[in-house]
Amino acid sequence: MDHIDMNRLKTGEVNLGTSIMAVQFNGGVVIGADSRTTTGSYIANRVTDKLTHIHDRIYCCRSGSAADTQAVADAVHYQLQMYTQMSGGAPAVHTAAALFQRICYENKDALSAGIIVAGWDKDVGASVYNIPLGGGLFRQPWAIGGSGSTYVYGYCDATYKEGWGRDETVEFVKNTLSLAMSRDGSSGGVIRMCVITEEGVERLFIPGNELPKFWEGYEVLGQATKKLVEDIAPMAVET
Amino acid sequence: MDHFPTNWGRPRNDAYDAYGTFPLPHRPNNDTKDAFASGVQRTQQPIVTGTSVLALKYKDGIMMAADNLASYGSLARFKDVQRLHPVGKYTVIGAGGDISDFQYIQKFLEELIIEEFTSQDGHDLGPAEIHEYLSQVMYARRSKLNPLWNSLLVGGFKDGKSFLAYVDLLGTTYSASTLATGFGAYLAQPILRKEVEGKETELTEDEAIRIMETCIRVLYYRDARSIDKYQLATITADGVKISDSRHISTSWSFAEGIRGYGAQTQ
Amino acid sequence: MTSIGTGYDLSASTYSPDGRIFQVEYATKAVENSGTAIGVKVNDGIVLAVEKLIHSKLLVPEANRRIQTIDRHIGLATAGLLADGRNITTRARDEAVNYREAYNAPTPLKILADRLGLYVQAYTLYSSVRPFGISTILGAVDKDGPSLYVVEPSGVFFGYNGAAVGKGRQLAKTELEKLKLSELTTREAVYEAARIIYLVHEDAKEKEFELELSWIGKETDGVHLPVPKDLHRDAEAKAKAALETFE
Repeated sequence: MDHIDMNRLKTGEVNLGTSIMAVQFNGGVVIGADSRTTTGSYIANRVTDKLTHIHDRIYCCRSGSAADTQAVADAVHYQLQMYTQMSGGAPAVHTAAALFQRICYENKDALSAGIIVAGWDKDVGASVYNIPLGGGLFRQPWAIGGSGSTYVYGYCDATYKEGWGRDETVEFVKNTLSLAMSRDGSSGGVIRMCVITEEGVERLFIPGNELPKFWEGYEVLGQATKKLVEDIAPMAVET
Repeated sequence: MDHFPTNWGRPRNDAYDAYGTFPLPHRPNNDTKDAFASGVQRTQQPIVTGTSVLALKYKDGIMMAADNLASYGSLARFKDVQRLHPVGKYTVIGAGGDISDFQYIQKFLEELIIEEFTSQDGHDLGPAEIHEYLSQVMYARRSKLNPLWNSLLVGGFKDGKSFLAYVDLLGTTYSASTLATGFGAYLAQPILRKEVEGKETELTEDEAIRIMETCIRVLYYRDARSIDKYQLATITADGVKISDSRHISTSWSFAEGIRGYGAQTQ
Repeated sequence: MTSIGTGYDLSASTYSPDGRIFQVEYATKAVENSGTAIGVKVNDGIVLAVEKLIHSKLLVPEANRRIQTIDRHIGLATAGLLADGRNITTRARDEAVNYREAYNAPTPLKILADRLGLYVQAYTLYSSVRPFGISTILGAVDKDGPSLYVVEPSGVFFGYNGAAVGKGRQLAKTELEKLKLSELTTREAVYEAARIIYLVHEDAKEKEFELELSWIGKETDGVHLPVPKDLHRDAEAKAKAALETFE
């Protein structure tokens, strides 16, 4: 067996070849993800929930190895429960992000985990943290991740504006994920979103047959060709 | 579709480097295995990376510059990252290479500074001490075959003396009145030497800024992992100052009349 | 001291029949023999002050500090055995570093006080160790604003608006209660703290002492620092003057 496989993504592993996203707005965050889980090119689960509860007002979006990211999320969930008891209050999003980062950085040789942490806390309000492969920590107003994200950086750069409200932000997440899912073979299925505010966590669901549609080329090539032929006037033959 | 020509014609391995994050020399080689194939690769590779850092000595102290980009392979992933970091009251470090390792370095230097502060013994760390400490850490880590993947410049001003030195992932150190890491070592260092050497005690801050702008512009033109947004740090008798992000002006209009690649004229 | 000779006061790991641990009570006696330490919490900061008794004229002035710095934003003052104060300082610094490493943020004082409480309490459980002979005042300005705690030799800790430990604590507490803490600035609190220390020293006039003062507030940018020399001198002068007119 190739040793690279052993050390990186273990062969046959279940993968979240994913499209994930989180965007902060005034008063909350919207997080979203597709629902496809693959082993190689086989879809192991078409209705996965990649939005993972970490604390009352903190969620994360997971990409990379399903096993690795679940283990990390479970560990952070546990640590935050302990922290909450110790400090007597809900943890800050920054605290959760720091815990994720520590695990991802210290075990960078063993893990393939790209995690977006997002939520609301009373210190700073809404915030989004991105922890990419090597275990760095980056705060961003919006973050995208997973294999599908590479296809939609341009769309996000062109579309995102500061000062949006809840509904505009939801629309942005929905459109971005839909575009990513339509171009990335490792992403697909349904869109799951969460709106996290001081008041609570609201779940939103877009079924796979009701995704926002964008231009996808002519529906049936044969029809177009036929029509084309009809339109052409036959060359007049002089007799 | 594999978008990376360096991988073409090689056995395919989709499980590895799905995003093409690794620099060309580190691209996976999926050839048939040799006698060492069963060995374990422990030395990691940089993933989210910063490019060049520049620094020079001038009349009042040290000036340092670095752009705000953190790359993910060829993807310009984070465009608002600060790569110049103050350490204590007299020092700035600037980093190229792996950003997560740089964040780790920032963290342990912060702890070092706090340890020094809490001892309240009337002493504090200057740039020379911080550079020496860093070089020991960097060398110790490379000796464990687990280096901190960075090239760092350490600049400072304390007790009327300026200090400027380099340290990298191997623990290599050197010092000069102008320094540049990464692409900057090839593209900026010649300019810096020409403009600065022999004039270290005469150059004003404005002149130093102009030299830095020239170098950053050249790097923006010729380094494919750079952006036009950067910061300047000065370390003088007045302490450490790190500027807000600045944009470099560029010129492209000369290209409008260029046609073809040789004999073509229209 | 009816306990003496009963045998129940020889170890911290043995209760007396009426449920007391005499070694812990003796430890509080060690605190009561010490020069007074006080902490003042006002709206925008913290002031710590210590009456450091000088047992020899040969000692270097300003050496053997009883106010220590734990993290940038945390100060600690002890009354009791000086060496125990140093030990708990080391422990507090370790705890602060550990918190920073784990959570990438400055330690909230509440959590530090909790940890030190656990540490001190552990020394009341075993026959092989002696309980801490100190009361510790912890002061900080953290993300929730200024806070002040006292950790006792038993390991219990409480939060305070004004705290006093050591020989002159009773008088100091009475004086602290008279202050309108919510209306004072940190700078004004420095003067009050100096005055109180000079006042409580009156009972031990024959002994030399040195006033230690530190503060955390807007003027120090949230950092725990010794009070600047000129302010220290001024506060000392005013304290002496106030003593003349007291009662």
